[in-house]
Amino acid sequence: MGWAIAVHGGAGDIPLSLPPEKRLPREAGLRRCLDVGIAALKAHNHPLDVVELVVRELENNPHFNAGKGSVLTTSGTVEMEACIMDGKTMKCGAVSGVSTVVNAISLARLVMDKTPHIFLAFDGAEAFAREQGLETVEMSHFITPENIERLKQAQEADRVQLDYTQPIPKEVPKEAAVADGDSQIGTVGCVAVDSEGSLATATSTGGIVNKMVGRIGDTPIIGAGTYANHLCAISATGRGEAIIRGTIARDVAAVMEFKGLSLKEAAAYVIDQVPRGNAGLIAVSSTGEVTMPFNTTGMFRACATEDGYSEIAIWDSPTK
Amino acid sequence: MGAWAIAVHGGAGVDPNLPKERQEEAKRLLTRCLDIGISALRSNLSAIDVVELVVRELETDPLFNSGRGSALTENGKVEMEASIMDGPKRRCGAVSGLTTVKNPVSLARLVMEKSPHSYLAFSGAEEFAKKQGVEMVDNEYFITEDNVGMLKLAKEANSILFDYRIPAVGTCGASAAMDSPLQMNGLPISVYAPETVGCVVVDKQGRCAAATSTGGLMNKMSGRIGDSPLIGSGTYASELCGVSCTGEGEAIIRSTLAREVSAVMEYKRLKLHEAVDYVIKNKLDEGKAGLIAVSKDGEVACGFNTTGMFRGCATEDGFMEVGVW
Repeated sequence: MGWAIAVHGGAGDIPLSLPPEKRLPREAGLRRCLDVGIAALKAHNHPLDVVELVVRELENNPHFNAGKGSVLTTSGTVEMEACIMDGKTMKCGAVSGVSTVVNAISLARLVMDKTPHIFLAFDGAEAFAREQGLETVEMSHFITPENIERLKQAQEADRVQLDYTQPIPKEVPKEAAVADGDSQIGTVGCVAVDSEGSLATATSTGGIVNKMVGRIGDTPIIGAGTYANHLCAISATGRGEAIIRGTIARDVAAVMEFKGLSLKEAAAYVIDQVPRGNAGLIAVSSTGEVTMPFNTTGMFRACATEDGYSEIAIWDSPTK
Repeated sequence: MGAWAIAVHGGAGVDPNLPKERQEEAKRLLTRCLDIGISALRSNLSAIDVVELVVRELETDPLFNSGRGSALTENGKVEMEASIMDGPKRRCGAVSGLTTVKNPVSLARLVMEKSPHSYLAFSGAEEFAKKQGVEMVDNEYFITEDNVGMLKLAKEANSILFDYRIPAVGTCGASAAMDSPLQMNGLPISVYAPETVGCVVVDKQGRCAAATSTGGLMNKMSGRIGDSPLIGSGTYASELCGVSCTGEGEAIIRSTLAREVSAVMEYKRLKLHEAVDYVIKNKLDEGKAGLIAVSKDGEVACGFNTTGMFRGCATEDGFMEVGVW
């Protein structure tokens, strides 16, 4: 038994041909965040503080889809969401529709610590942030040229799809993939366990490109994108709808508890139940194990355990 | 061909001193809703259609805390939320922060069927509602005199109990509301408005569905989202069962209560009644909540660890029961 930590920067259809200028900054970002988390664990910080710290770093990094660098809604705005959960107490906090708060994960933490509620959204969340004196900025702070471009491409793809001489499908496709694989970057997260077995998880995201204003994804839904209890801590990423209906994060812990599977087996089992190309997750157990399964082309991820093991990877084989 | 079953609820956590005529009023409404659902099931409507139909009825009636008759936010307005889930493919839809949509559960259904997403909230949800042409009304429509009064009491009670996690020991007994030691969600039970309505159905084809709708917690912060619109917490349906929960939102979310019933059926192979008992007994810790559930085999069950839950259930073989305690 010892501490363990994992971070992710999103699972999706990350093309193997991802050019270095897109790959290297993200790998560097993961490496840095992992180091920040490791240092914090070594300094005996509580896992809750560790995951918040790491996710704040990921939010501040414009190369990931959270905080600065968030993807844009169909109106060109930013609506961020985040969620944090403490495995020991099962206390949790979530926010959605946040547009001016520099670190949504810290707002989620305040909802958990300072209100009798679990989930605050939109105007109410923004008002609470101001009440609490959290750092807020103009929304333009979060918007990057890459994301303006992504939105343009997504809206073009939509237009092209409509121009096709195919009849408008009777069933609206759920959160259909956008042609450009790079747009599939969704969500950042961190899970950590200390040597006492205390667990915590945190997830943060800008959502999906070209989403409808007001769309809430899996990230702030306890049991879907984020979950922790006394057995394990999970942060999921991928297609929101699949993660919500599959209650992915909760299921890993449920399968461990009710079927007696190990962390690795449980996580693999749960990911296996999700249609290919839809999800990935990172998880740690109370006994210091870590696992990072995904059924998409790739998942930006990194992990480390107290015994000295560490890994940074995007596709199936570690890049280090 | 299987047998149908249906259950409805109007909230868990009832004031033991609730006047008899209020109890009767509630039972009449629950009975009426059951009859509507039963009639629809006999006409071969699918489970998903029936749960929507029944919850619309509950939203429209001002008695319970949903649609008209919703609890009020700290600003005296109504912000409603709802979710619906269809067992067979686990399709789902949810809405939050609605202020002018007459039937939130129907908008949740439209999110499920007519949008590329699963959950829409606040102005985005209202925009979608407009585009879909659903019936919209002024916020005043949802506000009842009863709830305006309740909000005042809640504010008074909260000014005495500012941290509901600390038991109210030795506080002044001046107000009658403080007499009962029972509390839920930080309010004395006499002031606490049961939060939510819901319906679960399994149709003759063995398809399960669930829907939940609410105005949320009395005196809540604007923007507060509870368990009702959260898939896996307040609502869940799968191939095996349909579940709708009510009670302390925090407790329901932490325990992902609705999903839990299905998970123990799936992973521990418990039958519906055992699953419901197991979950209520073991998964709520200090929290207070209740739930209704149906299984694909035509069973119906309910469980609660609160003082009472407004509920009704019926099965195809003629069984029907409406209760408060």
